[in-house]
Amino acid sequence: MSAEESGLRILGRAWCFGDDISTDALSPGAYAVAPPEVRAAHTLEAVNPRFAAEVRPGDVVVAGQNFGCGSSRETAPEGLKALGVGCVVAASFARLFLRNAVAIGLPALPCADAAAAVADGDDLEIDLEAGLVRNLKSGVTVRGRPLAAPMLDVLRAGGIAPLLRRRARGAGDRA
Amino acid sequence: MGLTMAEKILARASGQTAVVPGQFLTARVDAALLHDIFAVPVFEMLRGSGFSSVWDRARVLVVLDHLVPAPSVAAAEVHRRIREFVREFEMLHFFEAGTGICHQLVAERGLAQPGQLLLGTDSHTTTAGALGIGVTGIGTSEMAYVLATGELWFQVPPTIRVDLAGRLAAGVMWKDAVLELAGQIGSDGAQYQALEFGGPAAADVDIAGRLTIANMAVELGAKFGLFPADGATVRHFRRRNMDVDAFGPDVDARYARTVRLDLEELGPRVALPHAVDHVKPVQAVEGVPIHQAFIGSCTNGRLEDLRVAARILAGHRVHPRTRLLVAPASSQVERDAMSEGLLATLVDAGALLMPAGCGPCFGGHGGVLAAGERCIGTHNRNFPGRMGSPQAEIFLASPATVAASAVRGRITDPRRMLSPSPVWR
Repeated sequence: MSAEESGLRILGRAWCFGDDISTDALSPGAYAVAPPEVRAAHTLEAVNPRFAAEVRPGDVVVAGQNFGCGSSRETAPEGLKALGVGCVVAASFARLFLRNAVAIGLPALPCADAAAAVADGDDLEIDLEAGLVRNLKSGVTVRGRPLAAPMLDVLRAGGIAPLLRRRARGAGDRA
Repeated sequence: MGLTMAEKILARASGQTAVVPGQFLTARVDAALLHDIFAVPVFEMLRGSGFSSVWDRARVLVVLDHLVPAPSVAAAEVHRRIREFVREFEMLHFFEAGTGICHQLVAERGLAQPGQLLLGTDSHTTTAGALGIGVTGIGTSEMAYVLATGELWFQVPPTIRVDLAGRLAAGVMWKDAVLELAGQIGSDGAQYQALEFGGPAAADVDIAGRLTIANMAVELGAKFGLFPADGATVRHFRRRNMDVDAFGPDVDARYARTVRLDLEELGPRVALPHAVDHVKPVQAVEGVPIHQAFIGSCTNGRLEDLRVAARILAGHRVHPRTRLLVAPASSQVERDAMSEGLLATLVDAGALLMPAGCGPCFGGHGGVLAAGERCIGTHNRNFPGRMGSPQAEIFLASPATVAASAVRGRITDPRRMLSPSPVWR
């Protein structure tokens, strides 16, 4: 199966952010138990108030070191996914954010050189399996570190939810 | 080849005699911890996936701590649904609102033991690593998977060894030590790695101090923040009528690197807005006016913290342009502080007492900040928007520094307010 068929190739417009984008910026605590659409509308408002209103399906978030640092809140990647973000490319990810992104099927690619090679609004093509970020505007391609196979497997499955449903059916079959 | 504590914990949990950093494995979980913000999505996913029970109802701990008492109808609905789920899934360990912050309860009640693996839906689950327990945070989808199966995948982390040396000076607390460490290695300095504390001074750190340090391990990006379970740990459990064995790394364990933290030279530290690793000596920010001071949280809401705060605040009043919020980490802490007269001292000084819970720390409710306001707190995060308005500023410090700052209305070196006797640490 090609990367495109498995949903591991992404085309979208870039939104650039700096280092240490926290889960408080991604999903402010004040909206912790608000309805999902309300939570999503406040995504990243502390660092870019226009983002939630203007981001389009398929767009790519490009950031620096330690993206998603802070809380275990799955609402952080969830907000991005709800807004249609196709992939997050960051120089590095905080552990919990990366686990949660994979768990909900939001593509993520660690890539140290992306931030320097991409400007806001550039059209990008991402190949998650090869770990490539191609800037379609400048023609420059940079290479990241693709996620390990067990994590790509979960992403390919669409996250933990489908795996869990499969597991429930399996348990039922045995019973 | 010897193993670090993290390697031993994951080897045991995966039924192997040894593991190496980088290795993927499936670990059996000894206990799962859920708090009120994330419990409903976990239970909904579990039920929605076709599961009608949890893998082991005696190993699931459900705590109401973030939204206590319910500050909104939405929060009250969340609590109502959690209580219903707890009954439906017949879970045995449920802690009502006001019992305490979940990480404090794990430590205080001995809900997991050294060498075990406990996963929680909160990043600060690392706290009980202070007792040699393999504790770390996960998200809601993964918690649903854990509740269904009792297992989860892990990648074995490399371990950074932190050697503690020397003695803390008067007026300096273990919070200052972990802030100093954050400043030195950075908020991603232990990303995807475990922190293991050792060295000549590790045994000198009291359990409360270990909990503060392990709590902040996640602020350095770490998966685990582990202290060896030593004599003090064994006594901690024995006081709770539990016999546990000492647990630590092999003497020939291999570390990714070793960091030495010299305590002799250490003074009070403050993390400046808006990053936990933006750490300076308190002198660098002395005199900065503050609107709110906060003593509490899973980082520094313990009896030992309230003792230090009360000692500084005794006979003083909180500055008229500042308000002081105090939230004990648990009802047990509250009760003990009451017995010792600490709460009376704090209230006499003008402190506003809050329920045992997480409200102010995560900006959910109860002590949120307006635009342009400045807070100094004993908690763990100062990102933009953490405590309410993204235009507010948060400084993180020890209970001593926060108490001294509350009195002066400005960030203050607590050593200026040390009474000549007796000296506290």
